[in-house]
Amino acid sequence: MLADVWGYLTDGSHWSGSTGIAAFLVQQLLLTVTAMVIAMVVGLPLAMYAGHRHRFGFLAVNVSNVGRAVPVFAVLLVLSLGPVGSEEFGPYGRAGLATLISLVLFALPPLITNTYVGITEVDNDIVEASRGMGMGERKVFTSVELPLAMSVIMTGVRLALVQVWATATIAALVAGPGLGRIITRGFANHRTYEVVAGAVLVAVVALLLEGLAVLAERYADPMRRAQRSDRRGRRTTLREEPLPEAVV
Amino acid sequence: MSAQAAEVAKCYLDNSWICGRYWSDYRPELTDATVQHLWITVVSVLVGLVAAVPLALLARRNPTVESLVVGGTTIIYTIPSLALFSLLLPFTGLSPTTVIIGLALYSLTILVRNVLAGLRAVPDEVVEAARGMGYSRVRLLTRVELPLALPIIMAGLRVAAVSTVALATIGAIVSYGGLGNLLLQAVGNQFKAQIFAASLLCILLAIALDLVLVGAQRLLTPWTRHAR
Repeated sequence: MLADVWGYLTDGSHWSGSTGIAAFLVQQLLLTVTAMVIAMVVGLPLAMYAGHRHRFGFLAVNVSNVGRAVPVFAVLLVLSLGPVGSEEFGPYGRAGLATLISLVLFALPPLITNTYVGITEVDNDIVEASRGMGMGERKVFTSVELPLAMSVIMTGVRLALVQVWATATIAALVAGPGLGRIITRGFANHRTYEVVAGAVLVAVVALLLEGLAVLAERYADPMRRAQRSDRRGRRTTLREEPLPEAVV
Repeated sequence: MSAQAAEVAKCYLDNSWICGRYWSDYRPELTDATVQHLWITVVSVLVGLVAAVPLALLARRNPTVESLVVGGTTIIYTIPSLALFSLLLPFTGLSPTTVIIGLALYSLTILVRNVLAGLRAVPDEVVEAARGMGYSRVRLLTRVELPLALPIIMAGLRVAAVSTVALATIGAIVSYGGLGNLLLQAVGNQFKAQIFAASLLCILLAIALDLVLVGAQRLLTPWTRHAR
């Protein structure tokens, strides 16, 4: 069994061609990156504004609860049969547009909730003190709230990335693009080694993306050094707080 | 009679999303799928809970165990469900066990963190007072710590239950996805009424389970209500 999986993955002919591993991998990575960029461009400013003004909290927090309850499979299926159609979409492959929209929809909840919570959880005394020091609203946001909230926001980005990768895998169930196609192809042809090989690829890339996101999280966090000198401080509790989002 | 027949034909022929006749014609299929969905969800979350409590108790005493448990479950959580079910396929085959193990592992990730957080939130003074009153370790755990940790544990249980309902649909890949089986069928025949019905039931099931858990929490922790 293991030998079959290894054989499948190391056979160059399985990597080439329009339905080869390489093509599916490129499709799925492209989808993931595009969806993350769109979701961040749309979601982050909205959530940052809401967090800064301490408004729309109910919406910002509950969007995650709704996101968890809605099955990804159903959304992909409804969108692919709906107005966004199921034809090819450039380099994104079969049902690419429906998949892309679903990915953006499922990336938004963790981004919005974490950004909102991160900014509103910044100690109000600090914010008031900066206003007292004569900082304008823009300065308060960019120099105080944003740096202090950065680690929580980056956790949201990481959760969204994991979510998007998982959702993109499921696109294969509705004949969409991506590596999931290797899994569904294996099931259709009763080739368990192909199913497992596809699953191994999906899982390995998921772990690599998670690892990269953790590194980015550390790199982007301006509080990292301060945290090291003050391990028992507030930052430590904040970091433990965010729970994993819905898996798909 | 003929007017009704024409209406039926229209609803199916147009392949409408909302088709009242579908709900009555396919009632047995919808019921079976919902029942399967529910039992797979409940069993998975319960297995996750049963595994989470002892793991959290071990992790609480030992930081090495804690980083192993939290790190290990985070890794599992990162693996997409379609891949996780597929990785279990060689061991458990096309059976409900494949789906239940996968879903239980995801629930475990959420629950072990919440059980840990809940136990840590118990005030030290309360634990000290109970010790001073001569409570044994087992009694301390069952009578003081777990009840006080219950609100946070229940919050985790709600998250686990709701996301497990949504995730269970992916079990369709091994033919045990409850309402997901109806969705997968509809991929082939593009039967919109079936997609709509299965999706709606899935969301309603998640809401219903959440409400049941909220009710259970109110019954189990009456003191949190008085505190408000």
